[in-house]
Amino acid sequence: MAERCAVIGIGQTHHTARRDDVSIAGLVREAAERALADAGLDWPEIEAVVVGKAPDMFEGVMMPELYLADALGAVGKPLLRVHTAGSVGGSTAIVAASLVQAGIHERVLAVSFEKQSESNAMWALTIKTPLQSAIVAGAGGYFAPLIRAYIQRSGAPEDTGIRVAVKDRANALKNPYAHVRDPSLDFDAIASSPMLWDPIRFHETCPSSDGACALVLASERSIPKGAYPPAWVWSTAMRSEPTQFAGQEKVNPLAGRECAKAVYEKAGIRDPRKEIDCAEIYVPFSWFEPMWMENLGFAPEGSGWKMTYEGVTALDGELPVNMSGGVLSSNPIGASGMLRFAEAAMQVRGQAGEHQVDGARTALGHAYGGGSQFFSMWIVRSERP
Amino acid sequence: MREVAIVSFAQSVHARRDPRNEVEILMPVVHEAVARSGIERPFDFTCSGSTDFLQGQPFAFVLALDAAGAWPPIAESHVEMDAAWALYEAWVKIQTGEADTALVYGFGKSSPGDLPEVLSRQLDPYVLGPLWPDAVSLAALQARVWLERTGRSERDLAEVAVRSRRDARDNPCATLAGEFEIDKLLADPYLASPLRRHDCAPISDGAAAIVLAAGERARQVCERPVWIRGIDHRIEPHALGARDLASSPSTRLAGEKAGVGRGPVDVAELHAPFTHQEWILREALGLGDEVVINPSGGALAANPMMAAGLVRIGEAARRIAEGKARRAVAHATSGPCLQQNLVCVLEGE
Repeated sequence: MAERCAVIGIGQTHHTARRDDVSIAGLVREAAERALADAGLDWPEIEAVVVGKAPDMFEGVMMPELYLADALGAVGKPLLRVHTAGSVGGSTAIVAASLVQAGIHERVLAVSFEKQSESNAMWALTIKTPLQSAIVAGAGGYFAPLIRAYIQRSGAPEDTGIRVAVKDRANALKNPYAHVRDPSLDFDAIASSPMLWDPIRFHETCPSSDGACALVLASERSIPKGAYPPAWVWSTAMRSEPTQFAGQEKVNPLAGRECAKAVYEKAGIRDPRKEIDCAEIYVPFSWFEPMWMENLGFAPEGSGWKMTYEGVTALDGELPVNMSGGVLSSNPIGASGMLRFAEAAMQVRGQAGEHQVDGARTALGHAYGGGSQFFSMWIVRSERP
Repeated sequence: MREVAIVSFAQSVHARRDPRNEVEILMPVVHEAVARSGIERPFDFTCSGSTDFLQGQPFAFVLALDAAGAWPPIAESHVEMDAAWALYEAWVKIQTGEADTALVYGFGKSSPGDLPEVLSRQLDPYVLGPLWPDAVSLAALQARVWLERTGRSERDLAEVAVRSRRDARDNPCATLAGEFEIDKLLADPYLASPLRRHDCAPISDGAAAIVLAAGERARQVCERPVWIRGIDHRIEPHALGARDLASSPSTRLAGEKAGVGRGPVDVAELHAPFTHQEWILREALGLGDEVVINPSGGALAANPMMAAGLVRIGEAARRIAEGKARRAVAHATSGPCLQQNLVCVLEGE
């Protein structure tokens, strides 16, 4: 039987386009120190460190965890480096949780980051090697056709994506850590922003951010006395499928559906729409909100857009989605998945400040990556398993 | 802790320059390991190790999924580390009780680039990296410190190379094997003093895969499961000036945690890409002259990056499965001058 595991510390940086004032080490250290302070712990009390980030070419440093060992207090300790594409922030939290659940460690620090200003993600994603398909024009160029297929199939109104962006930009105004916090971004401003990859407009896409996120995960017996209430990890799941093959369902991928099914089952959730109070999911382009609503089983296929349209996913809706402002408002890629997991935990801890969902007790954290092929998810609750 | 065993191991022939791409190298290796395991797909968990910087493009591991087989979707993870750490993650997953079986693999193709220069990209990007110190030069600094500390000679280093490549004659997967004369080797010019070409691992392209199974499941499918009795890994500071390069405290600590000293060791497979590092590792793990070191030839005979550590575990397990050893130690390393180390203790029934 696995040990119970709880999130007892959460930290993140103020996400922004360029953090020229800190090195990569300084950036991760900032998030880690905030997580330790939140947990009421000091560095020696951490037994192991798990680092996650997206492709190393995003900074141009090979296996940067080697260089970060000192900054993350990992010297003399086990240090693992996870990389599962865009889902990596979530996967990193899951690997850290499994070290506690397995009974191997009592307190584990999970850290994820991206310092996009050090290199150029668009370049790193577009390298063409012989005999392999290149991801042309960055991630937007890859995902736009999937969105068009979704619109065609579902008959969703054209302004659904704009409505998602309006909501997420408004939520970001309540999150002091968000990168894009611009009160002028209303419906008209987003609708009239330049079309980047049809149908994705400039303000329907995520920014390039420098940022980091950190979590302290602990076994039940090692939670400090008098600590702030933890978020209990009820279930975790990861699923992967190949990048492409003939007949593959790319709009509503099977790996995502099966990952959701697994994470709900392990948490004893039968009706996710009813039993989950809020969801923080990986939406780098606005249209992915309705697409993931269907993939995650919150809406029947073809009708996810109605949840956005009817305000179900608004902060005061029946199922608030991306309370923090989401990836659309902050995107330090390697940390983006962990920020979703962290927001879910903050919600059930009642720690989310102005973007707190009243009475949130059960929350979903979700991340995806690659060509909609890598998924990681967790369910956290205020109640102990 | 749950009992976890290695039930099968496979590796490629580690060529100096393999014309196939990574997926083509990996696929037959995975198929062989899976077939030998006697376990039907899907595995409860899959984990791999690789690095983008060898392939020169992001998401090197993504296409490898085509070799591993991920349809229908699988529970899967990846470390940007040697696949020995992927084995560790899989072992952890089995410990949580969420998995009983796991497929682990790693691959690396070093031949397209200049490996010692590529590895310089692992260094602190602000202070050390811009100087482009290559991996052989850094290892040479370590070798110099070790020679001066111990009073040993370059002949002691050459002996490691001669023994490794002699033993590798029995290893059909080795990149470099044969009988070499010490005096001739010592007459060679330095690559980076005090290291000569023979002191360095060859450049190898290759892959390896291991299948793990828990307790009864392992006994069901495998006549001679090789049990992982202890596994641990530790890291040291990054700055070379902050470390005592003549010793390996992270290996010593990982060895203690893994329980190396709890019984006699018959065989040790040590991941030492440079001759002097074998000496340092033997001392850190307390391995005496009675222990057979690197009967496969070790990394000095074949060094497929991101798989060479996993190969050490596989080679050590193979000796036990074949009845040639009862208790073995396997070691993997990562980072400049043995910065990060993993130690695994293996036993038969």
